[in-house]
Amino acid sequence: MFKFDKLVFGDLGWGDEFLFATLMTLTVSILSMGLGLFLAIITVWAKLIKSRITKFVANFYTTVIRGIPELLVIYLIFFGGNAVVMSIAKIFGYNGYIELNALTIGTIAIAFISATYSSEVIRAAYLSVNKGQIEAAKAMGLNKVNIFIKVLAPQIIRHALPGIGNVWQITLKDTSLISVTGLVEIMRQSRISSNVEHSPLTFLVTAAFLYLFLTTFSGKFFKTLEYKFSKGYN
Amino acid sequence: MEDFFLTIKELLIIKNFFLVIRGLDNTLLLLIISLPIGFVLSLIFALGRVSKIRIISKSIAAYIFIIRGTPLLVQIYLIYFGLGSIKAIRDSFLWYLLKEPFWCGVIALTINTVAYGSEIFRGGIQSISKEQIESGKALGFGKIMMMRKIILPIAIRKVLPSYGNELILMVKATSLVSLTTYMEMTGIARKIMAKTFAPVEAFIAAGILYLFLNFLMVQFVKYLEWKYNPHLRLSN
Repeated sequence: MFKFDKLVFGDLGWGDEFLFATLMTLTVSILSMGLGLFLAIITVWAKLIKSRITKFVANFYTTVIRGIPELLVIYLIFFGGNAVVMSIAKIFGYNGYIELNALTIGTIAIAFISATYSSEVIRAAYLSVNKGQIEAAKAMGLNKVNIFIKVLAPQIIRHALPGIGNVWQITLKDTSLISVTGLVEIMRQSRISSNVEHSPLTFLVTAAFLYLFLTTFSGKFFKTLEYKFSKGYN
Repeated sequence: MEDFFLTIKELLIIKNFFLVIRGLDNTLLLLIISLPIGFVLSLIFALGRVSKIRIISKSIAAYIFIIRGTPLLVQIYLIYFGLGSIKAIRDSFLWYLLKEPFWCGVIALTINTVAYGSEIFRGGIQSISKEQIESGKALGFGKIMMMRKIILPIAIRKVLPSYGNELILMVKATSLVSLTTYMEMTGIARKIMAKTFAPVEAFIAAGILYLFLNFLMVQFVKYLEWKYNPHLRLSN
């Protein structure tokens, strides 16, 4: 039933393939988490400034992406993304055919999903900073940049880290969905291997263990980060 | 004016909309079976998780850890492809359930939601203040009475917003069952895309339906919150 001998490294087993697949999953997760955080900061900014248009756009984006299944978002961006990129290229005078690879598209799709969750976390963290502190910093004569770097950012990071840790876990697990685009990460690798070896149980259990390993250890990493950023408090 | 309606009727996205809506009953069927079972099991597992018998609480904790640490897609594939590859299961009565992608989906969704739901309910149960349990004891409540009249009503009421989130995640999770050849809304949208080569129209039609479904779910949770929190209602 469970064929351990198929998991050795080298030509006889699938060990090295799974190692590369794990690295691919990690790469996609880290890239899309980073891009997602960047998008989230823009979304939070759009929601907090006093402009109705940006507020509407940001709210529309978060409501829609959180209201439709992740798989649908990935399909939409994977199959519709090329058309969008080509029409943008046309504006700049390029009429050829452009095809983005699965890694780029997958990263962008997961980033769009993860950004909606991160933006809520960051917004809550920003709102939890006491307004009096900003006023105090102004009274001390700090300019806007310094207020952000020295007063706001350290506290926002401290408040947001537990939530960001949760978003990271969700993002890591969502990367399994981009296996439908053909990108060889853990999920795709386990399907390929089980089709070749006719032993789905072996490779799916392996995939489950790899995901469990990744989520557990990254969870520990976020715990240490949280401890580090709340030094003055515990 | 008639021309206008004709062109609208001929629009691909409108046509797709009516095709995709045929998958709505399959999506709802998944939810109607897995959500109530998931709710009851979540409550039972949450009670087991806070019980003083170590072996029960530890094994439930391990179950929650494993399910929450792996993607739902892995769980669906494991049940659909993995269990089906074991000969003992193929020969047993379980095969009647596991050969159908629908029941595999129901089982996977239920297992998944119970892990998340029981953690949510555990938070609710543990947040009940000691005084309330003590006053129940002072009134001579037995264990079952305490559970029924004090612990569960307060716990469920407290966690309704976060359980509502879990319900919405479940609505979205049903789309993954389409990867096991089960034809619900996402599956039909993918089939339309393969036929018409117009992916955006197909998936947007499905997306609107999912948004609508989630909108209904949010309203339902809001109604429950209103109903079970009479002390928080504004007096009129």
